[in-house]
Amino acid sequence: MSLAGGKLNGSKLTTQAAASKATRGRSVLHQGLLTTLPVLSFGLALALSLTLPGQQEVVLLPYRLLLLALTIVFALRIPAARFSSARWRKAQQDSPFYIAAGLLVALWDLLTTKLNVLPLPFVPGPAQIAGVMVEDAETLLLSTLYSLRLLVIGFLIGSFCGIVLGVLIGWYRKWRYWLFPFIKFMGVVPATALIPIAMILVPSSFYAGVLLIVIAVCFPVAFMTSNGIEGVQNTYFEAARTLGADERYLIFKVAIPGAMPAIFSGIYTATGISFATLVVSEMIGARAGLGWYINWAKGWSNYAKVYASIIIMAITFSIVMAVIFRIRDRVLKWQKGLVK
Amino acid sequence: MMGNPVEKITGAVSIRGVGRVYADSAGNPMEALRDVHLDIAPGSFVSFIGPSGCGKTTLMRLIAGLDETASGEITLDGKVIDGTHYERGYVFQQANLFPWMSIRQNIAAGLKARKVYRDCRDKPDEYLRMVGLEDFGRMYPHQVSGGMAQRASLARALINEPKVLMLDEPLGALDAFTRMNLQDELLRLWQLRGTTMILVTHDVDEAIYLSDRIIVMSARPGSIKEIVDIDMEHPRDRSAPEFIRLRSRILEMLHFAGTSRSLEYYL
Ligand SMILES: Nc1ncnc2c1ncn2[C@@H]1O[C@H](COP(=O)(O)OP(=O)(O)OP(=O)(O)O)[C@@H](O)[C@H]1O
Ligand SMILES: [Mg+2]
Repeated sequence: MSLAGGKLNGSKLTTQAAASKATRGRSVLHQGLLTTLPVLSFGLALALSLTLPGQQEVVLLPYRLLLLALTIVFALRIPAARFSSARWRKAQQDSPFYIAAGLLVALWDLLTTKLNVLPLPFVPGPAQIAGVMVEDAETLLLSTLYSLRLLVIGFLIGSFCGIVLGVLIGWYRKWRYWLFPFIKFMGVVPATALIPIAMILVPSSFYAGVLLIVIAVCFPVAFMTSNGIEGVQNTYFEAARTLGADERYLIFKVAIPGAMPAIFSGIYTATGISFATLVVSEMIGARAGLGWYINWAKGWSNYAKVYASIIIMAITFSIVMAVIFRIRDRVLKWQKGLVK
Repeated sequence: MMGNPVEKITGAVSIRGVGRVYADSAGNPMEALRDVHLDIAPGSFVSFIGPSGCGKTTLMRLIAGLDETASGEITLDGKVIDGTHYERGYVFQQANLFPWMSIRQNIAAGLKARKVYRDCRDKPDEYLRMVGLEDFGRMYPHQVSGGMAQRASLARALINEPKVLMLDEPLGALDAFTRMNLQDELLRLWQLRGTTMILVTHDVDEAIYLSDRIIVMSARPGSIKEIVDIDMEHPRDRSAPEFIRLRSRILEMLHFAGTSRSLEYYL
């Protein structure tokens, strides 16, 4: 316990020491000011929205409520962070970013809603986007859920197929000989290029989307899985064999766990591709989902809705990414560099 | 008196005219081993020593069944060796633990591979305790020291209760202090279990300290040069006159074994 713990804490300590060195020099007054400024910058944005007369016709309430909420959150953060020195340090580190973010939102609002300088409808103001999100909340929510369902189903099936295929190719010479060229060949074709074929093969636009995502995910995962299995040190297989392992053990307890880092890097690559495939296939063929929503909003020249759905997409995909990283950290907790 | 109280009837290894040819970098045949004959008594502790490249690892791998002989055969208790079997354990130079398994899972690996884990769930803990790692079972291999890893790898090989245990320079990568500790540990485990031990080492003292017999090998082609029987009581005193005499005798043999390396290699 002490050995590893000491080593890990050691590296953590040095970064903490560096961080506290940067903050120690500041006086308490300076520190307090730094953590208070985000409150002021978002407060300023709110004040601008409340006081200055607007030149665009938009619903302002959602935007104002959002700014109010953010201001309160940043205000509450100060006493909350005071309890732990780590959080206090983090609050100070993050402060400049949030200050800038608040000012930028204020400026954006000024140039659009208040002064009407930026061209409409292509550059809507933050108030308009926030308004649209609330106004169209139901459709946006349904679109998000629809997209997520398509993504998750396609992604799970695709990863599973990819891992199975990759293991077969990585383990059996015959499978490798016949299928590896195919995988390499298909691996360079963007799944979106297959949209016309998928739509003919599968009449339902939902299942056509699933099929495309499965294809998009399957090949990179299969490629990396087979590479990973090839890369597992032979000595591990030898050790297992001297311990009495049969082939099943060698595959499931040596080859696959040993290939896990590679499998996850394949999954990581596939995630990005699957997002792109999802959106494009929804834009072209579907009648639901965020991709469809963007296209539909564009048809009405409602760019505020386009931006709103892009923001929601960014949030949703970030969450999906975070979940995948969580799972990876869990599965690969035995890896040297990954231990926290 | 030989420090092995257990009367052993199994674990007799017989090496009969074994040869192994590899292709060298130019593609020409290279005899890593030629005509090796040796009988290893059940429950004995035998050490192989010799210049680098004389085929020690090759021979260990042949006994383990990780490699196939070109000529001759090796038997364990009369049965010709063909492929790996848990009766013949192997401890590698680098501990070679599975990095994705915790120390305890590594030690339990043999039981799981043989599908007997369900019947002896406490055995891994027993073996963890046996090698002094009871507090480290939940750690991963990269989190423990080299000495601990090697202990774990010893326990992993022993949990299958092999008849023969091959140890290919298991302590080679360790510092002198850890090394001496583990030598005593090996001795203890051997006396406890009565497993036939076949050790490869570069350390003459280690060989004398542990073995009943030392096989001195020479290279090109790899073959047995001399066999030295050691008849000292355990625990052996590294500074006893007989120990020192044996040491200089073996060093001399190695010197004449015709190596490209100098004598300092063994010291
Ligand atoms: N897989 C292989 N392919 C080709 N040549 C090999 C192979 N394995 C071993 N050899 C050769 O066989 C000879 C004996 O090798 P081996 O590893 O058995 O030596 P060793 O006595 O264990 O040496 P060391 O003390 O350095 O570990 C060497 O010349 C080596 O180059
Ligand atoms: Mg060797």
